[in-house]
Amino acid sequence: MTASGDTEIPIETGDDVVRVRQAARAAAGAARLSLVDQTKVVTAASELARNTLVYGGGGVARVSQVTDERGKAGVRIVFHDDGPGIPDVDLALTDGWTSGQGLGLGLAGARRLVDAFELETSVGVGTTVTVTKWRR
Amino acid sequence: MDRVPILKIGDILLVSIQIDLQDQSVLALQEDLAERIVTTGARGVIIDITAVEIVDSFIGRMFATIASMSRLLDAETVVVGMRPAVAITLVELGLSLGGVRTALDLEKGLVLLNSRGVSRTAKALRDLR
Repeated sequence: MTASGDTEIPIETGDDVVRVRQAARAAAGAARLSLVDQTKVVTAASELARNTLVYGGGGVARVSQVTDERGKAGVRIVFHDDGPGIPDVDLALTDGWTSGQGLGLGLAGARRLVDAFELETSVGVGTTVTVTKWRR
Repeated sequence: MDRVPILKIGDILLVSIQIDLQDQSVLALQEDLAERIVTTGARGVIIDITAVEIVDSFIGRMFATIASMSRLLDAETVVVGMRPAVAITLVELGLSLGGVRTALDLEKGLVLLNSRGVSRTAKALRDLR
């Protein structure tokens, strides 16, 4: 898999969450995802960027266009924070479970909206979530 | 932070969302709307999301909150103009918005409020045609 056109966006405020959405939309459009798939990946990006801000205490998003070994295009977004980490990943990925004032749809919902979802977290160190959506 | 304008037409408040909503704008809109329902005595609220490209769980929750809140203040809320891709995404996200009334467009939203006897404005606008 090769990546190009990386855009790095710091996530420190609510406006930054909007910037992540816009960058995700631009990359998904450039990768020529269908309108529904663009909407799904932008929505997932919005959920994860908010998690980075609210639960991670801020961090960074890196938006890239990617191509797999067979030349298929897609978009990949990596969210990283140096926050408190997630003590129980299985629980955090359960629908309806929330540690804050959210609906508990963020992580689990975002995972359903993308093709690949990876979560690395370490308590007291931080969390990295990587999502990928491929063109159909 | 951008604020979403609230327009008054007769006894209806019309909110047409034309900006990329950040969470603070969402919270401000909820508060502004509650205030305006009470000060104007509005009977109906129409939220037009024709221009909204994504609805995530925070924005979706706003619709449910506004619908419940306006009901407590004796007004009915209708969300109009949801894009097909947004509807598909919301369902997959896990947000069904069960308590939120929807209509395909502004005109159908007005008809809905009128049919429920909520709004004189809706009836007046229909009689004009």
